Amino acid sequence: MGLGSFFTGKLDEAIGWSRKYSIFQYPFVTACCGMEYMATACSHYDIDRFGAGLPRFSPRQADVLFVVGTISHKMAPVLKRVYDQMCEPKWVVAFGVCTCTGGFYDNYATVMGIDTLIPVDVYIPGCPPRPESVIDGLMKLQEKIATGVQRY
Amino acid sequence: MDGQDILARLTARFGARIVEAHDHRGDSTAVVDRAALLELLWFCRDEPDLRFNVLMDLTAVDYAKFPGKEDGPRFEVVYHLYSLPGNHRIRVKVRVEEDDPVVASATPLWSSANWFEREVWDMFGIRFDGHPDLRRLLMYEEFQGHPLRKDYPINRRQPLIGPKN
Repeated sequence: MGLGSFFTGKLDEAIGWSRKYSIFQYPFVTACCGMEYMATACSHYDIDRFGAGLPRFSPRQADVLFVVGTISHKMAPVLKRVYDQMCEPKWVVAFGVCTCTGGFYDNYATVMGIDTLIPVDVYIPGCPPRPESVIDGLMKLQEKIATGVQRY
Repeated sequence: MDGQDILARLTARFGARIVEAHDHRGDSTAVVDRAALLELLWFCRDEPDLRFNVLMDLTAVDYAKFPGKEDGPRFEVVYHLYSLPGNHRIRVKVRVEEDDPVVASATPLWSSANWFEREVWDMFGIRFDGHPDLRRLLMYEEFQGHPLRKDYPINRRQPLIGPKN
């Protein structure tokens, strides 16, 4: 390993470390999973411990898109637009089975998983997921942010 | 007034244009000929002892593949009327054929009919003649077909639509 790649490697590590503890998420809440998201975000489970305590309600200021709840075909263009408005680097978390696969909604109105619309980094299953599994998903996302290729 | 009195009033006024009337455990229903629908609704709303001033609900039923009703008119449009002054109710139904799914709009009588009729158009494809703005209510413009019709395939998926400006 040359000296140059040693320094960029260390820089990547430092940037990954800082990015994983400064998650500004955009909660795209459409359904009942939102309650569980709120429970996780509040003081009892406190996702501020993971540096994800400040939701931004503007996609332009957010790093992580939390898609929380059922996405219908009518809502799909809105979700796509919100995703497109986010700046790089950006990640997407599918929160709950409805966003992962469509869940038990097997009908004319529901999108069968948001990965048909936008790329997804972490899937959190559950109907709704318990706060513990949300935190588990968040930690998996942190791991992915820290160890992935850093673009800057 | 109780349901039987209301049905008696309506049959006395409209005669054979009331196709069918029944009263079951306090739920009274009049099935009216489509041509006489609007006249009957006006009568229900404005007659001094009826005064049905609230349109509680307006919906439709698709009887395709319904046992015993395969040959009859496919749709029924259902009106639930309530009278606040008299505290009485009635259900009015009108039968609609599949090849001519048009009913007169009730928006001039009750403005709440506006969105109900848009929903019925959206879900069943029944048009309302005289409606001021008959667009889809729940589904989006690009949606093909009417999902609550019994011949809409249960596993049919619509193409995803992109962002709009």
